[in-house]
Amino acid sequence: MSLFDYFRDRKKPAKTASVAKERLQIIVAHERGQRSQPDYLPQLQQEIIDVISKYVQIDRDQVHVALDNQNDCSILELNVTLPERP
Amino acid sequence: MFFFTHSRSDGKVILAKIIVITSGKGGVGKTTTSAAIGTGLALRGFKTVIVDFDVGLRNLDLIMGCERRVVYDFVNLINGDSNLNQTLIKDKRSDNLYILPASQTRDKDALTQEGVEKVLEELKQTFDYIVCDSPAGIEKGAHLAMYFADEAVVVTNPEVSSVRDSDRILGLLSSKSRRAESGERIKEHLLLTRYNPARAELGEMLTVSDVEDILSIPLLGVIPESQAVLKASNQGVPVIMDEISDAGQAYGDAVDRLLGETKPHRFLEAQKKSLLQRLFGGR
Repeated sequence: MSLFDYFRDRKKPAKTASVAKERLQIIVAHERGQRSQPDYLPQLQQEIIDVISKYVQIDRDQVHVALDNQNDCSILELNVTLPERP
Repeated sequence: MFFFTHSRSDGKVILAKIIVITSGKGGVGKTTTSAAIGTGLALRGFKTVIVDFDVGLRNLDLIMGCERRVVYDFVNLINGDSNLNQTLIKDKRSDNLYILPASQTRDKDALTQEGVEKVLEELKQTFDYIVCDSPAGIEKGAHLAMYFADEAVVVTNPEVSSVRDSDRILGLLSSKSRRAESGERIKEHLLLTRYNPARAELGEMLTVSDVEDILSIPLLGVIPESQAVLKASNQGVPVIMDEISDAGQAYGDAVDRLLGETKPHRFLEAQKKSLLQRLFGGR
């Protein structure tokens, strides 16, 4: 730290650490959620999409598959958004 | 030629413990930490071996200053080309300390689960502590380094990619290890390295408690960013031997905590600079 830095330091320091912490908390929580899912879930989702798209036009992001564990009971939640009727 | 006996260095009967030093991300200080913790345990009277799992990119030998004494390596030992006495390198500073170097010419596939298990079982007969220096990444070498561990030291820098990778490693420790498979847990420790208290105070760097909040595992120690680390590696001396330095003392405390002692964390606050130091940039 030299003479010039001494005056530069007077500027308000950027609090980037709090941004880092927030970003990390979000991504880590997301990745921990994925970790607890069984390996077959993405494939299951793909096959459900394949079956549905035999009958209706549907995008991949319109099908949500989630596995929720509550005590000794697992709930497979399937959420399909069908396109509007023409 | 060395002779191994089955009696412990201090006469006490302790079960051999396997400690993996891991991180996921490279360059955060795994090898520095393995060398420091292994040496610290040996200096406290425990018969210790540090095993380099980084096949193809061996570096523990350089950090320990025994690179010119490597004859046989981990892969030779697994393949039966050499025996334990021929392969282990005895540290010149401590009678309790040995190094098992990784192979430099092979790749990670040269390690097999059965081979690693056989060698670790053999080491358990003689040593109190087996410190496994994991390679970076989550491939085979890293997997085998953590698979048989009883405890894990997760080395993390106060920086986003390192913290994220550490969390990934924690997930693997609790699912893809022998302990996890038999319904037990590996005892996890967080070691925060390259910490700069001044920057953390300014809000430019994640603080110790930020990282603790995110990873939520017990804190083993905080190693400050220190010139002593490079100075030590230049000379091939584990930084824990530099007892005057902040990093050396911080590693010493971490080893004591690993052995169950309760010690306050040091070097968490920035050194206040005097006006003269501020003006002339003295260190």
